[in-house]
Amino acid sequence: MDYLLEIKGLKTRFYTDEGVVHAVNGVSYGLEEGEILGVVGESGCGKSVHALSILRLIPDPPGKIDSGEIWFDGRDLLKLSGNEIRHVRGKQIAMVFQDPMTSLNPVFTVGFQIMEALTYHQGMDKYQARDRAIELLTMVGIPEANQRVDDYPHQFSGGMRQRAMIAMALSCTPQLLIADEPTTALDVTIQAQIIDLVKRLQQNLGMAVMWITHDLGVVAELANKINVMYAGYIVERGRVKDIFKRPRHPYTRGLLGSLPRLDEAPGTKLVSIPGLPPDLIDLPRGCPFAARCLYAVEKCVADMPPLEAAGEREHIVACWRWEEIIEGAA
Amino acid sequence: MMTTPLVQVRNLKKYFPIHKGTFIQRHVGNIKAVDGVSFDIYRGETLGLVGETGSGKTTVGRTLLRLYEPTGGQVIFDEMDVFSLNESEMRKIRLRMQIIFQDPYSSLNPRMTVGSIVAAPLEVHRVVSGKAKRERIDELLHIVGLNPEFVNRYPHEFSGGQRQRIGIARALAANPDLVVCDEPISSLDVSIQAQVVNLLEELQQKLGLTYLFIAHDLSMVRHISDRMAVMYLGKIVELADRDEIYLRPLHPYTQALMSAVPVPDPEVAEKRHRMILEGDLPSPANPPVGCNFNTRCPFAEEICFQQEPEFVEVQAGHWAACHLVDQFIRS
Repeated sequence: MDYLLEIKGLKTRFYTDEGVVHAVNGVSYGLEEGEILGVVGESGCGKSVHALSILRLIPDPPGKIDSGEIWFDGRDLLKLSGNEIRHVRGKQIAMVFQDPMTSLNPVFTVGFQIMEALTYHQGMDKYQARDRAIELLTMVGIPEANQRVDDYPHQFSGGMRQRAMIAMALSCTPQLLIADEPTTALDVTIQAQIIDLVKRLQQNLGMAVMWITHDLGVVAELANKINVMYAGYIVERGRVKDIFKRPRHPYTRGLLGSLPRLDEAPGTKLVSIPGLPPDLIDLPRGCPFAARCLYAVEKCVADMPPLEAAGEREHIVACWRWEEIIEGAA
Repeated sequence: MMTTPLVQVRNLKKYFPIHKGTFIQRHVGNIKAVDGVSFDIYRGETLGLVGETGSGKTTVGRTLLRLYEPTGGQVIFDEMDVFSLNESEMRKIRLRMQIIFQDPYSSLNPRMTVGSIVAAPLEVHRVVSGKAKRERIDELLHIVGLNPEFVNRYPHEFSGGQRQRIGIARALAANPDLVVCDEPISSLDVSIQAQVVNLLEELQQKLGLTYLFIAHDLSMVRHISDRMAVMYLGKIVELADRDEIYLRPLHPYTQALMSAVPVPDPEVAEKRHRMILEGDLPSPANPPVGCNFNTRCPFAEEICFQQEPEFVEVQAGHWAACHLVDQFIRS
């Protein structure tokens, strides 16, 4: 199977005055056409940095992609010239950012900002681009789009801005949409609207989606596959159903246990993960989760476990003891 | 057991004025942040208050503590009318009602040490001093799970979760009866949220606290609460026992809210039918006439656009404000 996007051994670091921040530490995986991949993890686990690395949006300095390959459409994105990568951004791979309040330019109309991509990538003239912008805004559910196209971002509500961002991202029908916590700043009823919208558009347009979030609930609703990230590593990866039903990594298990469920039985106690994530400047030598892990042994502290097959198709986990742990738990 | 309400809130209102004009400020309208809210909080229980951004839930918490002066209504705290108290009486009663704020970064003074932050309520209210004060600080840090040796450190030396623990220690310093928890976990990471929620639950059992737990995360509120109230545009639309409101939500807004929450289980997510609301929250400066949910309600009928529904007890312990509630009870 050929992948649409294949990342091999990606390492991204930030060289700051305090030291080298190891944000992404050797991430490899492939994304198929039409797939929805959920990337989950807590703040500082490298999920956003790895996505920004794909589009080469890492501020340099201090950031630097130290090694790795990112294959997309037969080319290694890391080897493209500045001009070439600009034609990938927005056209083949589009991105929606977390904060709809700050990712739109306040001094241009929403319509102008959507038209910009259309004139640049598609070579449309002003009038064509305007018509297409109205079409896109209608598609993402903005009422009276032919008037709202001339509004400035502050005239839109949070949910509408995020819709406008999605319209902008979809303007050139990209093959891959990267959504970086697109609903985190929104209320649940608006979040449900956006998830529904992306699901529908994904089915109609057949694009692949990478959805980055810390909310496992959203991933369960939306994704086909999950990457669980911790301290810059993928610690577990697999199909959504397998991960939720049979999580192998102690971190994934902890993360699922620490979530209250709306349909939980009364009196359920949350499982909390003790301690804090490691300092990315001073990463431990072995497994980064060892210090918080109930099952950690000497080997875990000494060496980083490799990702290995965890029984089911496409299910992989980076833990020395996953087999013992699930046997003990069963 | 839960028979005497510790707090009774009746028709509470808080309007924020809107002014226009650069030199001559004219009063042109009001943001009706809280517009006639009534509920009780029983001793030892946790009442969860949920709602979306701008629904007025935080304002309820703050007005109830009289951190904002109310526009109208009444709050009875342990048989005292909070809004009629004078300053020195108010200071006394503040000892017994405390608050934990949302943002652990801006709610701790960066120039004060942990010890002096936690001791502030003790000093203001002259509860204890000298050696007894130092012992109390040690004890407080210990019960919230912080090392008492950290007493001379500053807030920036702590992580978000640890800072929230400092905020909790400060709220508990004066041995309060009621603690208003205003989104205490929403700025924390998932694994840390569980730590703080477990701590709040432990402390409630140990110290017999009463919580008003304000949050927008429905699953978390349902987890920690005994009863839940749902707010929409300055009003409580439904209030019931945590299981009752989840299993049999009567107000269409509650129904939509419950179905909008993502469930971390792909099999459940696939099966369930979601009710997706259209549009956004209307402006609280200019709420719709009639039921304020009528702009987004899929069931709205003529009466909903003319008359405001009353908040009534439709079944034992289950309150709702909806004209069509009978219809929902039957289905």
